[in-house]
Amino acid sequence: MHSYEKDGILTLEDLVIPTKKQLEKGVAFIECIQEIPCNPCVDSCPVGAISMKNINAPPIVDYDKCIACGQCIGICPGLAIFLIKTKGDKVFITLQYEFLPIPIVGNKVKALNRKGEVVDTAIVKRIAKKDKTFIITIEANKDFAMEIRNIRV
Amino acid sequence: MDGLKGDSIASALHAQGIKTLTKSLRYDLPRGFFCGIGKCSSCLMRVNGIPNIRTCIAPLLEGVKVEIQDKLPDIPDAKFQSKPKKIVSVDILVVGAGPAGLSAAIEAAKQGTKVLIADENLQIGGQLIKQTHKFFGSKYEKAGTRGIQIAVDLEKELKELEKSGNIDLMLNSTVIGCYEGKKGKHKFAIIKRKNYDSILYEVESRTVVIATGAMENMLLFTGNDLPGVYGAGAVQTLMNVFGVKPGNKVIMVGAGNVGLIVSYQLLQAGIIVDRVVEAAPIIGGYHVHAAKLRRYGVPILTSHSIIEAYGKDKVEGVVIVKLDKNWQPIKGSKEKVACDTVCLAVGLTPSTRLLYQFGVNMEFVPEAGGFVALHDDSMQTTVKGVFVAGDSSGIEEASTAMVEGKIAGVSASLLLGFNKNAKDLKKQYKKELDRLRAGPFGEKPRIAKRKIDKLLEKKNA
Repeated sequence: MHSYEKDGILTLEDLVIPTKKQLEKGVAFIECIQEIPCNPCVDSCPVGAISMKNINAPPIVDYDKCIACGQCIGICPGLAIFLIKTKGDKVFITLQYEFLPIPIVGNKVKALNRKGEVVDTAIVKRIAKKDKTFIITIEANKDFAMEIRNIRV
Repeated sequence: MDGLKGDSIASALHAQGIKTLTKSLRYDLPRGFFCGIGKCSSCLMRVNGIPNIRTCIAPLLEGVKVEIQDKLPDIPDAKFQSKPKKIVSVDILVVGAGPAGLSAAIEAAKQGTKVLIADENLQIGGQLIKQTHKFFGSKYEKAGTRGIQIAVDLEKELKELEKSGNIDLMLNSTVIGCYEGKKGKHKFAIIKRKNYDSILYEVESRTVVIATGAMENMLLFTGNDLPGVYGAGAVQTLMNVFGVKPGNKVIMVGAGNVGLIVSYQLLQAGIIVDRVVEAAPIIGGYHVHAAKLRRYGVPILTSHSIIEAYGKDKVEGVVIVKLDKNWQPIKGSKEKVACDTVCLAVGLTPSTRLLYQFGVNMEFVPEAGGFVALHDDSMQTTVKGVFVAGDSSGIEEASTAMVEGKIAGVSASLLLGFNKNAKDLKKQYKKELDRLRAGPFGEKPRIAKRKIDKLLEKKNA
């Protein structure tokens, strides 16, 4: 039994971590490791960087092929795709946000980890909207690139 | 009492904090509604003098008189029993306008059949109208689209076909019985409600698709009948259809997809979800749904269950207990948690009452959620011309319900001699269904359908 099956929290061992170079270029990081019948991310990718053996297989991202365009972020019904790009000692994380209130660019927000614990204060850099879901890019401390997965406004 | 346009009587009462809708027959205990979708009896009230009205699906209209029934209601001296009836004849009657029924009706009308689709709710779309989350699947099942949007899309398609005269829609209408018709046809009695009054229809059809959905399961524990204990789907209806908060602090029982998704939607509505308890040792729903909750700090406790809900006239708290590996409560693990709402997401049972009336072969298949009609891969039951689709044929997802509906729709058309490429479509839909069920989360429905196949083989041998 995997621990996430009991507590709902993935560990880094469950995931394929991009290299430092790939993170600097920017990648789509998908936290979807179960076999569930779902594949819109594959169809959304303009460069064919996301692949699946069949509709039930978990998605695999070719981090080198990925152009970090973010098309897959808003399409994911599981809210499981994050765009991660590091720059100097900062990280830019793009995620789906479905709560009120909606922040505005420049707002300081709390950055939460997979358990909902506050790990950092982030700055909202960009807000887009796709099909009633807000897609928000935040800037935070690079150390938390693999931890921050949510915000609280 | 005030309410908003579009409110049901029960949602308007809830919005004003009135949770007791009825009293238990023997002990006079307060009862609130449980299913919220017209399937159970815990919201029966007297409306304009007429007893036993399901207030969760009865519209709130100006000047209505709503009363709590005093135990067994008196039969009013109304004259409604001798009303004239309307007679209608169609090729296919579809019972239920949810994802399965709508797909069946649309598919059949496209084949050129004359379809009547009846549903007891006020709105078209079945449970899709409360599914504010995006659906999984592939582009063929509209993956990445919210359930509410799928309902809108299907309604649009239906209305187009309505213009061509191939589909008629009857909402706020209950199919109350089926009878043997002439020349192998089926005959139905349908009550169409209008302003708490009703019109009786006699409908004759050559084939029928039963897509009546399912009802949420109750769980056995002390105080499970207190107002404030709801099916998770009922809470989803209150919030997402009527915009009414069910309470302020919720304990969710069950970490399958329904429990996880409704918990997330409760958070979205600004309601505290104290925790999710799950009796099984692992989370049953998709990890991605669990992760969404955990990111907001909601604990999911596996091997935990509820043993009591307490409170005077409504829920004031619950007692949670830890379970050992044999699912037995561990001594000394009891914990009292204050809350005003308990949501039960502990599975569904197919709604099959009409199928029993046809005399189709019903069998108990645990993986399908209870008693289901034996059916072949065309979704036809053991009575010719009677088809099933969606949750009423075995509990599954909305995406598979839509494909099953399509198969039932084309199969019923084929049986009647309508064939616009229907055979190829059927093959294509069957493939789609197999694909959706191929993964580990499709194991249960796979087993269910295999068992149904075997039971049918045995019956035919």
